[in-house]
Amino acid sequence: MDLSEILQQVNGIFTDIIDEENIKLSSETTANDIEGWDSLTHIQLVVAIEKHFKIRFNSKEIQGWKNIGELMDSISSKIS
Amino acid sequence: MLSFTQLRKNLRKDFNNCATVKVAVLGDTATQFLIQALRGAGFEQGFNLQIWEAEFNQIERQVFDSTSDLFQFNPEIVVVFYASHKLLAKYNKLKPEQHIELANNHLKLIDDVTNAVNAQLQSKIIYYNHTEINDSIFGNFANKIESSFLFQLRKLNYELMVFAAKHPNFYLCDISSLQNQFGKSIFFQPSIYVNTDMILSIDILPEIAVKTIDLIGAMYGKSKKCLILDLDNTMWGGVIGDDGLENIQLGSLGIGKAFTEFQCWIKKLKNRGIILAVCSKNTETIAKEPFEKHPDMVLKLDDIAVFMANWENKADNIRQIQSILNIGFDSMVFLDDNPFERNMVRENIPGITVPELPEDPAEYLEFLYHLNLFETITFSNEDTERTRQYQVEAQRTVIQKSFTNEDDFLRSLDMISLVEPFNKFNSPRVAQLSQRSNQFNLRTVRYTEADIEKATVSENVFSFTFTLSDKFGDNGMICVIILKKANAETLFIDTWFMSCRVLKRGMENFVLNTISKAAKEKGYAYLKGEYISSPKNEMVRNHYFHLGFKQMNEYWILNVTNYDDKKCFITNK
Repeated sequence: MDLSEILQQVNGIFTDIIDEENIKLSSETTANDIEGWDSLTHIQLVVAIEKHFKIRFNSKEIQGWKNIGELMDSISSKIS
Repeated sequence: MLSFTQLRKNLRKDFNNCATVKVAVLGDTATQFLIQALRGAGFEQGFNLQIWEAEFNQIERQVFDSTSDLFQFNPEIVVVFYASHKLLAKYNKLKPEQHIELANNHLKLIDDVTNAVNAQLQSKIIYYNHTEINDSIFGNFANKIESSFLFQLRKLNYELMVFAAKHPNFYLCDISSLQNQFGKSIFFQPSIYVNTDMILSIDILPEIAVKTIDLIGAMYGKSKKCLILDLDNTMWGGVIGDDGLENIQLGSLGIGKAFTEFQCWIKKLKNRGIILAVCSKNTETIAKEPFEKHPDMVLKLDDIAVFMANWENKADNIRQIQSILNIGFDSMVFLDDNPFERNMVRENIPGITVPELPEDPAEYLEFLYHLNLFETITFSNEDTERTRQYQVEAQRTVIQKSFTNEDDFLRSLDMISLVEPFNKFNSPRVAQLSQRSNQFNLRTVRYTEADIEKATVSENVFSFTFTLSDKFGDNGMICVIILKKANAETLFIDTWFMSCRVLKRGMENFVLNTISKAAKEKGYAYLKGEYISSPKNEMVRNHYFHLGFKQMNEYWILNVTNYDDKKCFITNK
């Protein structure tokens, strides 16, 4: 799965969890750019992404991503 | 089961038609998600939970300060969640010689918390029992070492049940059994716990929320009272009309074990007070044959209150069952292996619960265990008698048809009623009726055993319970009245509810005769009644009008000084 495909699927997960149709993620997107992406929602997103890609993040990773790009790298390293 | 994300989306929905319940949630771990799950799951059951959440780890701070926000909020329900992980942290800090006291110390704390809540609030407490953690310090040997954490935790869970049995307003929500069912790896996600201090995984939150709402539902009268059963391939394997008595699968024949165990479960429900009815497409004599003759049938005809076996459609038969039992469709559960019949009933009978039984009968029991359809908050001796009472009612319906004059029929019943105030013997039944009575209930004020104890000691409260027996049998306690002093000459009818089993017997007249006389004897001139509309009590909207009360604003007034006894055929015991 290439990064653009991952991005598309992650975008879908964000849309569902944050319940907002117009989310458009890019590698540079951070929590500050998305209304509703707070620390609680973050946990929900993490769990949904884990389930979707059938992976588990470790506890350090959960706190560590600076932006969507880093999150996608994490995902990509686990599914390849 | 809805996912947490779906429950969370419920929060944006319209709660206008939901019943409001004020709930306080106190936890020693992060509870934000739990609260959202509770509110979302409440919506599914028609509750608008107004939740006040204590700040993180403030249970004692809120409970032991009589001026705290908790008491200002004045909740109807207090949810207390002490997580096992925190208990383990506490245990870790103790000196080894104190480990053995962990359970007792925590119980003492819970006792103090309960007393502090009871001192200021009328609320019910829901306590989440403790999920197991084996810290593997001793391995299996922990089971032999009283000071091990596992030993203390299990002791605590056991003692909590003993504690709950003694405290009427203290209820356990059994999340430990949920962990047993789903496994700790689903219940608890260490990476999330380390990051957020949340103990409950996103996946288990809906399960816990639903289990909590089940309990709240039972507290507010949403309980199942009747189980309606299909026969062929539901109660036994095969079709009795085709296969014959010898070939239906029961006991050791074929997959008969699944049906036998299933019947044992249904029998236990019946013994607990759930009314059983049969609704089957069959010829009646053939359908009854296994009940009468098959050695491996656990259920007998005696266990069934209403037996409907014919070739009419099932929705009509269920309506007939409803008219005999006189309970709401929403308190009925219908079990049938046939998806077509299930859909037909579901579409034609609003409110009835029709579980999507698994295809394989071997799965029935585990599936139904998980649905937890029969949550209750009361259990009394009368529950075990209920089936017989409804059978008698069915008999009475037949006899009534032979009388043309209603008075003659009523007179022929030789009805006797015992009138008593609340006492320690009847208060469990009073509490139970209070939770269950929906239709004949003028104000739908729910009382728990604890409330009733309080009422018995008040000087300004007069309580009456009524039983009714006749030549066919004893209905037990069927009506409760609570009168409260409104002023020097008026008694307010705070509570009047009655079991629908005894409608059309003149019981209303007997009750009014009794309380009018009592009011007069105690020196009061007026009885004041009120009707508060609920989704279910339409049948008593004009109750006071029919009994001759005069309307005055929102209330109904009866002058008891010139009251003439109404006609009735019930004798005072």
